[in-house]
Amino acid sequence: MKIHEYQAKELFRAYGVAIPEGYPAFSVEEALEAYDKLKSKTVVVKAQIHAGGRGKGGGVKLAHSRDEVREVAQSMLGMRLVTHQTGPKGKIVQRLLIESGINIRRELYAGIVLDRTVGKYVFMVSTEGGVEIEKVAAEAPERIIKEWIDPSTGLLPFQARKLAFALELEGEQVKHAVKIFMALWSVFQAKDCSLIEINPLVVTDDNHVLALDAKINFDDNGLFRHKEVLDLRDISEENPAEVEASKYKLNYIKLDGNVGCMVNGAGLAMATMDIIKLYGGEPANFLDVGGVANPESVADGFKIILSDPNVKSILINIFGGIVRCDRVAQGVIKAMQTVAVEEPVIIRLEGTNAKEAADLLNNSPLDFIVSTSFKDAAQKAVKAAVTEAK
Amino acid sequence: MSILVNNDTRLIIQGITGQEGSFHGRQMIEYGTHVVGGVTPGKGGQTHLGVPVFNTVADAIDQTNANTSIIFVPPAFAADAIMEAADAGIQLIICITEGIPIKDMVTVNNYLKNKSTRLVGPNCPGVITPGQAKVGIMPGFIHTPGTVAIMSRSGTLTYEAVHQISAFGLGQSTSIGIGGDPIIGTTFIDLLELFAADDETEGIVMIGEIGGTAEEESAQWVIDHNFTKPIVAFIAGQTAPPGRRMGHAGAIIAGGKGTAAEKMAVLKNANIRVVTNPADIGQTMAEALKSNS
Repeated sequence: MKIHEYQAKELFRAYGVAIPEGYPAFSVEEALEAYDKLKSKTVVVKAQIHAGGRGKGGGVKLAHSRDEVREVAQSMLGMRLVTHQTGPKGKIVQRLLIESGINIRRELYAGIVLDRTVGKYVFMVSTEGGVEIEKVAAEAPERIIKEWIDPSTGLLPFQARKLAFALELEGEQVKHAVKIFMALWSVFQAKDCSLIEINPLVVTDDNHVLALDAKINFDDNGLFRHKEVLDLRDISEENPAEVEASKYKLNYIKLDGNVGCMVNGAGLAMATMDIIKLYGGEPANFLDVGGVANPESVADGFKIILSDPNVKSILINIFGGIVRCDRVAQGVIKAMQTVAVEEPVIIRLEGTNAKEAADLLNNSPLDFIVSTSFKDAAQKAVKAAVTEAK
Repeated sequence: MSILVNNDTRLIIQGITGQEGSFHGRQMIEYGTHVVGGVTPGKGGQTHLGVPVFNTVADAIDQTNANTSIIFVPPAFAADAIMEAADAGIQLIICITEGIPIKDMVTVNNYLKNKSTRLVGPNCPGVITPGQAKVGIMPGFIHTPGTVAIMSRSGTLTYEAVHQISAFGLGQSTSIGIGGDPIIGTTFIDLLELFAADDETEGIVMIGEIGGTAEEESAQWVIDHNFTKPIVAFIAGQTAPPGRRMGHAGAIIAGGKGTAAEKMAVLKNANIRVVTNPADIGQTMAEALKSNS
């Protein structure tokens, strides 16, 4: 789960990570109130969306007076902000963060992620702040300094010092940075984070070290023990169909194609998308109705797929394992009687009792295209989508 | 021969009295797996599915001489269940539970470091040696004894592969789901080592997916060891968008890394037969074995 920068900074503040003074604003009035509370004449107005690269897209602007704050806030709220992370459709800006202007001497990077290859968290810093860290990793990997965190001790102060010195910090700056690094690890641990990034971490003219930006992602599997984190979720940042699907406990990701897919199991669902593409179609979605498909999950799956107007055909690919195919077929028939489906539906049920399942489907008054092969089903679904689109 | 589970497997079920544990426990017993007991704290002394229930894994091993445990404990308590089993000295743990927090698995991973216990999973369908033992949630009857090993990061896609292999008249030596999470116990490389030493295994199907570097590491292993048994690989997620978790917690292209295209290229470079079409797994393995014999 993702949260906004201003929410991440509130968490930072609570754990002792130094940040610039700032206030969130949901309206122009609130932006002006925020400006009045800040002591600095120059402020930064930052669009709050769940994506990086906001500066380049016009989502971060300086304002030097109350009038300028009004002007910038007016133009920014409601704007469609497009960055390299939002996709071409961009995101509508609904929230702002108004912050004191900072005199920046240096821009650095700090982050914590999981290193899957060793099964440990790794703390990373770089002198190359303010640019995409993926770019640094690809072009100058030696500029990223890493300290792996021992699960039995957590981040140790000497590691934080090593990182600070690697960043060529001096005097007071080292102390400030170490405090920030230790605090970041505390937040990470306490809240079941999956990623924390500060880009840039800045050194100011008066030798302070501050988190100028803040990004926190949470491990979805850890959310059950953090109600306070769940409260930070901004549903308007997510795809409405995906939000709906999550209510049914279905795993759905909307894509841009027109062949809707309903599959049991995540791996088979990905493979089904892949085979659709291989036969010249474009998958409309990823949908895993769960390893065990039942009438309820299939009916819910139909509702979600059909909420996407681009869908021109639907491919159901279910491997009946412990739940036999004829049971699944009965479920599909029942689901289609409760949900009106106008698009062609291609069904491939494989596994135990596949033959009985095909008979059930063929003998039902409903209009299915039944297929017994993975290839054939995918080809038929792609063809149906092409015909339907004409 | 076979790997990990066989006729000598003496299995206990952690979470035996729960819904999942009961259902799949019954299925495993029906398949012929040697289930010798179960563990549910507080229900020690009872009998369930015809086997004794114990309060702790240590008690269960003491009384039944179990060597393998399968875990159906809910995500909040699963990490603890794994560590309890390891502490009690079990040889093999197969953890089915999906949704264990990453933080907990970091702890487990560290805990298991200097222990001899092997963990398979979590978030996996388990391990089956057809005709001998089924320690997992896979449908037993699609499997037939044979010479093709299957190792996979998926569940139902593994069954799909098994089905294709069986359709070509080939059977499976052992089929293993290693799990879809970012941190798992047994990796592809661990299994390659075991399959290399298994005379019965003549070919290996590897089902990978986007995210992580398990496939790349396998490719390097194959090169380093001049491994000659034919491998057929499929990587799910060729059409997956970057930055999204595709159902499995570990199936994510992060920072442009872990794409299917990248993995397929590396595998091909190691002379592994990579199929782009998931419906071609069975046929490609059948051809590979023919040309090898």
